[in-house]
Amino acid sequence: MEIVMTIVAGILIATAVYLMLSRSILRIVIGTGLLSHGAHLMILTMGGLKRGAAPLLGQEASSYTDPLPQALILTAIVISFGVTSFFLVLAYRAYQELKTDDMDKLRGNENHE
Amino acid sequence: MSLIHLVILSPFLLAIFVPLLHKYFKRIHTGWFVLALPILLFIYFIGNLGNVMAGNTYLSTMNWIPSMGINFAVYLDGLGLLFALLITGIGSLVVLYSIYYLSKEKEALNTFYVYLLMFMGAMLGVVLSDNMLVLYSFWELTSISSFLLISYWYHREKSRYGALKSMLITVFGGLSMLAGIILLYTMTGTFSVRETIASVDIVTAHELFVPALILFLLGAFTKSAQFPFHIWLPDAMEAPTPVSAYLHSATMVKAGIYLVARMSPVFAGAPEWFWLISIFGIITLFWGSFSAVKQTDLKAILAFSTISQLGLIMSLLGIGSAAVYYDYLEENIYTVATLAAVFHLINHATFKGSLFMVVGIVDHETGTRDIRKLGGLMNLMPITFTLAIIGGFSMAGLPPFNGFLSKEMFFTGMVNATQIDAWNMETFGMIFPVLAWIASIFTFIYSMVLIFKTFTGKYQPEKLDKKPHEAPLGMLIPPIILASLVVIFGFFPEILKGLIEAALHSIFPSNFTVEDVHIYFWHGWTTELFMTIGVIAFGSLLYLTLAKWGNIYEWFPKRLTLNKLYDGGLVGLERGSFAFTKFYMTGFIRNYLVMIFGFMALLLLLVMGQTGAFNFSLDNASKVGVYELILALVMVIAAITILFTKSRLSAIIALGVVGYSMSLFFVLFRAPDLALTQLIVETVSVALFLLCFYHLPEISKKVNRLRFRLTNFIISISVGIVVILIGLSVNSSRVAESISDYFVKASYEEAGGKNMVNVILVDFRGFDTLFEIAVLTIAAFGIYAMIKLRLTKGGSQ
Repeated sequence: MEIVMTIVAGILIATAVYLMLSRSILRIVIGTGLLSHGAHLMILTMGGLKRGAAPLLGQEASSYTDPLPQALILTAIVISFGVTSFFLVLAYRAYQELKTDDMDKLRGNENHE
Repeated sequence: MSLIHLVILSPFLLAIFVPLLHKYFKRIHTGWFVLALPILLFIYFIGNLGNVMAGNTYLSTMNWIPSMGINFAVYLDGLGLLFALLITGIGSLVVLYSIYYLSKEKEALNTFYVYLLMFMGAMLGVVLSDNMLVLYSFWELTSISSFLLISYWYHREKSRYGALKSMLITVFGGLSMLAGIILLYTMTGTFSVRETIASVDIVTAHELFVPALILFLLGAFTKSAQFPFHIWLPDAMEAPTPVSAYLHSATMVKAGIYLVARMSPVFAGAPEWFWLISIFGIITLFWGSFSAVKQTDLKAILAFSTISQLGLIMSLLGIGSAAVYYDYLEENIYTVATLAAVFHLINHATFKGSLFMVVGIVDHETGTRDIRKLGGLMNLMPITFTLAIIGGFSMAGLPPFNGFLSKEMFFTGMVNATQIDAWNMETFGMIFPVLAWIASIFTFIYSMVLIFKTFTGKYQPEKLDKKPHEAPLGMLIPPIILASLVVIFGFFPEILKGLIEAALHSIFPSNFTVEDVHIYFWHGWTTELFMTIGVIAFGSLLYLTLAKWGNIYEWFPKRLTLNKLYDGGLVGLERGSFAFTKFYMTGFIRNYLVMIFGFMALLLLLVMGQTGAFNFSLDNASKVGVYELILALVMVIAAITILFTKSRLSAIIALGVVGYSMSLFFVLFRAPDLALTQLIVETVSVALFLLCFYHLPEISKKVNRLRFRLTNFIISISVGIVVILIGLSVNSSRVAESISDYFVKASYEEAGGKNMVNVILVDFRGFDTLFEIAVLTIAAFGIYAMIKLRLTKGGSQ
C-alpha cells in the first residue's frame, strides 16, 4: 500500500510543481494547495499504513495506528490553511490594485516603480 | 605596556587631539603642534641606537587576544630601528615642510594631520611588530591612511581615481599577505616572526612553503609598487607633495622592502625566492627608469623613478638571498648585494625626499609641474637649484654623492650574481648586469631631464601663472637637511656602518656571520667604475640626442599599457557582473522557481546516487486495499484534470475533489480528527478560491488553457520522481521503531485522555499547538490589515 500512496503523493507534487510554474496567480495558489496535500499524504505514508484501530483508547484494541504523524499532519493542515488563505486574500488585493493576475506582468523592478 | 608601545601608539593619541587644536588655536598652523611628536620619537630611537648597534635586541609584549596567540609584541632590532629612524626623521621634516606648503586659511589642516599621524603610527607599527597579525593590522592601516591622504583634495576626480586605484591594489596585496600569514601559522603554530624564524626547518620542508612564499611576495610587490603592480604609484601623485615625499618615496613604498627583508630568514635560500624577487626587481628597475624618461610632469618622473629605485633595492635583496644558499662560503661575495640594498634604502629616502620637496617648491612658486612650461629657473631659485643638483646627481649615481656609492655596490652585486652556479644562473645570469646597466643609463637620463629641463634653458614667464621667486626659508630647511645628509653619507659612509651591520644581522639567519661592513669611497679601477663611466658617457649622449630618439615611446601601442589593462579589467568586471546578474536575476518568478526545483531535484538525485540509497524492499509494506486503490485513482485523475481544464472554475472544483478525497483517505487510514479538520478546511478553502475567482479582473477573464512548456514539464516530472524515490527508499529502510508505543501507554495513565491525537496536540506537544494558534492569529490579522489598510505610495489613506 505504501508504494501506491507514495506514487500518488509524487504525482500530486509533480502536478503542483507544474502549476506553480505557470503564469496565473490563481494556478500558483492551487499548486501550493496540491503541494500541501501531497506533503500531508507523504507524512501519513511515511508513518506506516499498517492496519490497526483508530488512536482512541476507548476501542480496547490490541494495536493502534501511529498517533504521532496524525498530530503532525493536523498541525500542518491548520498552518497551510492559514497561509493559503493569506495568499488568496493577497491575490485578491493584487487583482484589485493591479488589475492583472499574470505573474509576468507583476515583474518587480525598483527602477520603474 | 611599556614605553615602546606608547611610542607606537602616540601618533594615534595625538591624532585624537588634532581637531581640537585646530579648532581652538586658529591663529597657529596646526602643524606646529604635530611637529614636536616625530622629533621626540626620532630622539627616542636615536637613543636606542647604541644599544642595538651593540647587537642587543629588545622585545616587549602586551596582551591583546592571548587566547588566539595574538599579542602586541614589539621587537626592536637593527632592521626595525633603521626603518623607525627613517619614518620619524623624514616624518619630522615632512611635517615642517607641510607647515609652509599647506595654507592655513585654505586647506582642511585638521584632517591632513590626523591622516598623517595615523599613517606614521601605522608605519611604526609595521616595522616594529613581531606578531604577524598585528603587523598585518598596521599594514592595512597604512593602506587606509594612504588612501585618505591621496584623496585629500577629494573634489578632484583624479585624486579619487588615484586613491581608489592604490587602495584596490594594495589591499589585494594585503589580503594575499594575510593568507600567507595564515599558511605560516598552520605550519608553525605561531604568529611571531621570531618564533617562525626559529622553526624555519619545519617551514622549508612543508609543502605549503611555496604558496606561502608567493602570497607574501604578492603583499610586498603590491605595496612596494613592483612590476606589474607599479601602476598605482604614478596616480598616487595627486596627493599633496609632502604626502608624496613621505609616503610614496620614503616610507610606505618601502614597507614591501621591509617585509621581504624581514621574512628573508624564513624564505631565503630557496630558488623561488631568489628568482621571483630578483627578476621582478630587475624588470621593475628597467621598466620604471625607461618609463620615467617620457614623463612631462615632474612628480610623474619622480614616481617612476621611485618605482625603478624600489626595483633596484628589491633585486639586490633577491641576489643577496643567494648568500644563504651558499652557507659559510669563504669569500662571501653575495652578502654585498644585501648590504647595497640596505645602504641604497637609506640613500634613496634622503635624495628622493629632498627631490620631492624641491618639486613641491617649484610647483608652489610657479604654479605648474609641467617641464614643457618650466625652464630657466636657475637664477631665480638658486638654492632650490642647488638642492635639485645634489638630489638629482645622487639619484643618477654620480660622485661625490651617496647615490654613487650605492650604485657602485649595486653593480658589484649584479656582477657577482653572474658567478652563482645554481638555479640556472649559468644560463640567465648575464641578464642581471646587462639590464642593470641599461636601466642605469635611463636613470641618468631622467635625472638630467629633471634638473636641466626645469632650471636651465629658456625662461618662459608667459606660460606661468605666478612670478617665481625663491621659496620661504622654512620650506627650504627640510630639503637642505636631506641634501646635506646626501653629501655627508657620500663623503663619510662609515658613519652608517653600525646601523647597516645591525640591519644585516636581522636580514640573515642567526647562524650566519656577516663580515665587517666596509663602504669605500674609492675602490680602485674596477669593473664597476668602468660601468659607471659607460653610464655617464652613454647617458650624456642619449640625453643630448633625446629629441631625436624620444619618439620610440610612441611605438609602444597605447592600448597595451598596464593602466589600460587595469581600467579595462575594472570596467569589464563591473559589466561582467552586471550582465551575469541580469542573466539569472530575470525578475520572473517562474525562472527562479525553475532554478530552485531543478537544483533541488538534481542535488537530491546526486546525493542518493552517491550514497547508494536506491534499494527498495517490500518487506514492511502493508496490503493493498480496493477502496484505497479506487480513491487513489480518483485523486490522481482530479489532480491531472486541474492541468488540462480550460476554465479556472473547474480547476478549483478539481482541487476540492482532491481535498475531499484526502479526508476520505484519512477516514480509511483511521484518522478521524484529520478527516474532520480536512473536511472543514477544504470547504472554507474552496469558498475562498471561488471568492478570488469571482474578483478576477475583466480583461483576463477569458478562459485559457494552461500552456504546455517542456522545461516546466521536465522539472515537475523530475521533482515528482525524486519525491517518489525518496519516499520508497525511506519506507524500505527503517532504522528504528516508532516512539508511539509510549503515547499509547501514557496518554491515559499520565495525561488522562483517551484520544491520543488530541492528547499529543495539547499535552505532550502543546507548544506546537500554541504557535500554530499564533500562525492563524497572524494570518487573520494580516488579512484584516490587507483589506482595511489602504495606504497609497505617499503613506496617506
